[in-house]
Amino acid sequence: MLKESMKMAWSNISHNLMRSFLTVLGVLIGVASIIALITIVQGATGSITSQISSLGADKITVQAMGTRLKQGLSEKDIVQLSQVNNVSGISPTVSAKTSLVYNSKVKTGVSVQGKNNVYFLREKDILARGRGFNSLDVINKNQIAVIGSALAKELFLGIDPIGQHLLINGHTVTIVGVLKATSGSIMGSTNNTIMLPYTSAMKTLGVRNITNVDVYMSDATKSESITNDLTTILNSAFNYRENTFSVLNMQNMIDVIGNITGMLTLLLAGIASISLLVGGIGIMNMMLVSVTERTTEIGLRKALGAEPAQIQLQFLIESILISLFGGVLGLIIGILIALAAAVIMDFSFTISAWTILLAVGFSAAVGIIFGFAPARKASRLNPIDALRHV
Amino acid sequence: MSEILNMQNIVKSYYSGTEELVVLNNVNLKINQGEFVSILGPSGSGKSTLMNIIGCLDVPTSGKYILANNDVEDLDEKELARIRNREIGFVFQSFQLLLRLNALENVKLPMIYAGVSPEERQQRAVAILERVGLAEKMNNYPTQLSGGQQQRVAIARSVVTEPTILLADEPTGALDQKTGQQIMQLFKELNAEGRTIIMITHDTNIARHSKRILNILDGRLSEGAVN
Repeated sequence: MLKESMKMAWSNISHNLMRSFLTVLGVLIGVASIIALITIVQGATGSITSQISSLGADKITVQAMGTRLKQGLSEKDIVQLSQVNNVSGISPTVSAKTSLVYNSKVKTGVSVQGKNNVYFLREKDILARGRGFNSLDVINKNQIAVIGSALAKELFLGIDPIGQHLLINGHTVTIVGVLKATSGSIMGSTNNTIMLPYTSAMKTLGVRNITNVDVYMSDATKSESITNDLTTILNSAFNYRENTFSVLNMQNMIDVIGNITGMLTLLLAGIASISLLVGGIGIMNMMLVSVTERTTEIGLRKALGAEPAQIQLQFLIESILISLFGGVLGLIIGILIALAAAVIMDFSFTISAWTILLAVGFSAAVGIIFGFAPARKASRLNPIDALRHV
Repeated sequence: MSEILNMQNIVKSYYSGTEELVVLNNVNLKINQGEFVSILGPSGSGKSTLMNIIGCLDVPTSGKYILANNDVEDLDEKELARIRNREIGFVFQSFQLLLRLNALENVKLPMIYAGVSPEERQQRAVAILERVGLAEKMNNYPTQLSGGQQQRVAIARSVVTEPTILLADEPTGALDQKTGQQIMQLFKELNAEGRTIIMITHDTNIARHSKRILNILDGRLSEGAVN
């Protein structure tokens, strides 16, 4: 019976090809826009999240603006911060702009960053050549440096930079490593930076305060309590003055972005659903016309012994078939649109099984909901009236 | 001879506004297995209403109707559909073939609702189309058939389920004289093979082909000539 109903439904769909196509188009546009929007938002979210994760999801960043009297953190504060529970290491950053001299060539406005051994331990794969800093370099305030790839190319074209000497603020430093070239992230790139052990950077540049500290967690699930402990220490360091520091938890940031894009997905899918609703109304309209056109046929089928439920099933299958066609075609076109967007906007394209299920489920539901009333109308026709209808 | 249809005091009335309109007035009718009965009457006599009730397309306002041991009075739509499928084979004036199906598929239609297997459907449809003389036209669509051929397909469709009664409503109404005669000849042959036929008509010449004629006038049924 089901197979026969399918055949009859298909025969009717293919008989009114243009009408069926236009109705399918309504559902197709609805499903395609839902799929495309959801996939694009998810892809964009994925690329933003992975960018943030690449900065370190297991890292809490402390920025200390400080007060007029205490313009950052002291080394004593740093030691205190490193003793917080579930912290596996901390990496302070000292930054300044300075000029450097190599072979009587002067380069001004170079960004200098003071780092420690933890930084080179935790940030993997950042060195192209040579070595980073070890704990002795930091303790002994060794006059060594690691330089960014662009800076290395500019100063030492054709020469091995390792072992070369530079003058920074009148101090001679020896280059021990070269950083890999990085593509710009939202936190900027290190290609034009020169790094010194932070202790020697403070000495060389005359900086007394540390304004930036990365705190590495041994257990990222404890980020909440670690953040609280850090805040307590920082509050007492800055005498509870407001706006003196910020504690930035990457995991929090990812969560916040996830929330925002989740809402965005819902909003866009909601808007796109309106077009699916319009498509559903199109199906209902077509089915009502179809029932009216086929009144005599319905009467005849009833006279031949078709039960009301069988008539209803036949028309319901027809509307479900139409909307499933729209759903499947819409899925394909939606994926193609999202794929094009992924290429143009440069994010990685993924489609979840959940999205496919949503498309197919939505379109089948549209077919059932909007096909139900016409199918019911058909099943309730009085066979005598229906047969007389010419 | 066994009785297959028994109507007792059948009344069918409609209300138009407050006025009661009696279409069938106390109709009593008994038909036995193997009969060929004509119900003869002018338009407005109530013969269509009687046919609808006989065919279980409609139910009487009052009275008792027993068709092949089924009490038709208090059946719901689903049960009426089953009775129609099992006990009645309809032949209409305007053939009522589905234009999108070919002759063979049209004949198979009632067997789909009877739950006959596809193989048996094919077998029985072919056999009955051969019986009505359309062996060469099975794959033709209604528009490719003459009126007489279309009515033969409709007759094949009406008897393919082996119903208790073949119920024909003006079966020659849309056909020319000669074709009409051929259709009546087919009816006589089917009747000779044991099929019970009830034919509704306004045409005395057509009614004359049956064995028993009932006259209907103003909703009253009376026994007429017996051939």
